[in-house]
Amino acid sequence: MSETETQKTHSRPLSPHLQVYRLPVPALLSISHRASGMVLTLGAILLTAILVSAATGEEQFNIFMNFAKTPLGIIILFGWSAALFYHLCSGIRHLMMDIGFWIKERSIGEGIAFVIVGTILLTASTWYYAYAYKMSAEQAVTQEAGNE
Amino acid sequence: MNNDQIRSDLGKARGLGSAHHGTGHWMHQKFTALANIPLVIWFVYSMVSLIGATYIEYTAWLASPVNAILMILLVLSTFYHAVLGTQVMFEDYIANKGFRLIKIVGLKLFFTAFAVASIFSILKVAFTS
Repeated sequence: MSETETQKTHSRPLSPHLQVYRLPVPALLSISHRASGMVLTLGAILLTAILVSAATGEEQFNIFMNFAKTPLGIIILFGWSAALFYHLCSGIRHLMMDIGFWIKERSIGEGIAFVIVGTILLTASTWYYAYAYKMSAEQAVTQEAGNE
Repeated sequence: MNNDQIRSDLGKARGLGSAHHGTGHWMHQKFTALANIPLVIWFVYSMVSLIGATYIEYTAWLASPVNAILMILLVLSTFYHAVLGTQVMFEDYIANKGFRLIKIVGLKLFFTAFAVASIFSILKVAFTS
């Protein structure tokens, strides 16, 4: 009898503590959706600052544009774009789940794959085109300088 | 006769919850989410194509009616979406009711100010450059 009692004490369900509980992938996606939403809320404030600077004058606007070219500026822009694309893909998954797709155990993996692959593809292609545009813009500037 | 039988699920859900407007909050979150999809894709595409542009080129881009209108819509839709989302996070994670209320009221006031500042700036650039 005492043995069963000890067993009972040991097999009691424990409430999952965040620091020791390995989150399942859907839970990870869910908390990342909130985290990326918070990043984007800060991004919205930054967007306001840039728009106000554009309305104030060239000097103020260029403070942001010059900062965007520094390593820290590029890291912030990269993080901003990754958060945006993650939140976009994860948000589309939420909308799909609202209308009844990607919610059953059989199809939940499709939604997860959509979010991860979509985020990587969108972020990578954006930065690929950003780099290509930057290169062509610099080429145009050097050509102009050469023509003068 | 039981009135519930002829009411739709949405009709029954509307106005439920302690504050009686949780469903409206949820639906506004979804409507703005739907609007944000094309708006942010347009926004990122535009920002990438403007890489290397000068101040005059940026403001000329923003001064074109289509871009100014889409930018105002982007600000309204994303800022409202951000307020709704952040409000839910405050409600979930801030235990103290008084502090929570202060944070939510502050959030709404600040984002109203940010939206007004953004839209005024867009219009100023649109009408002066």
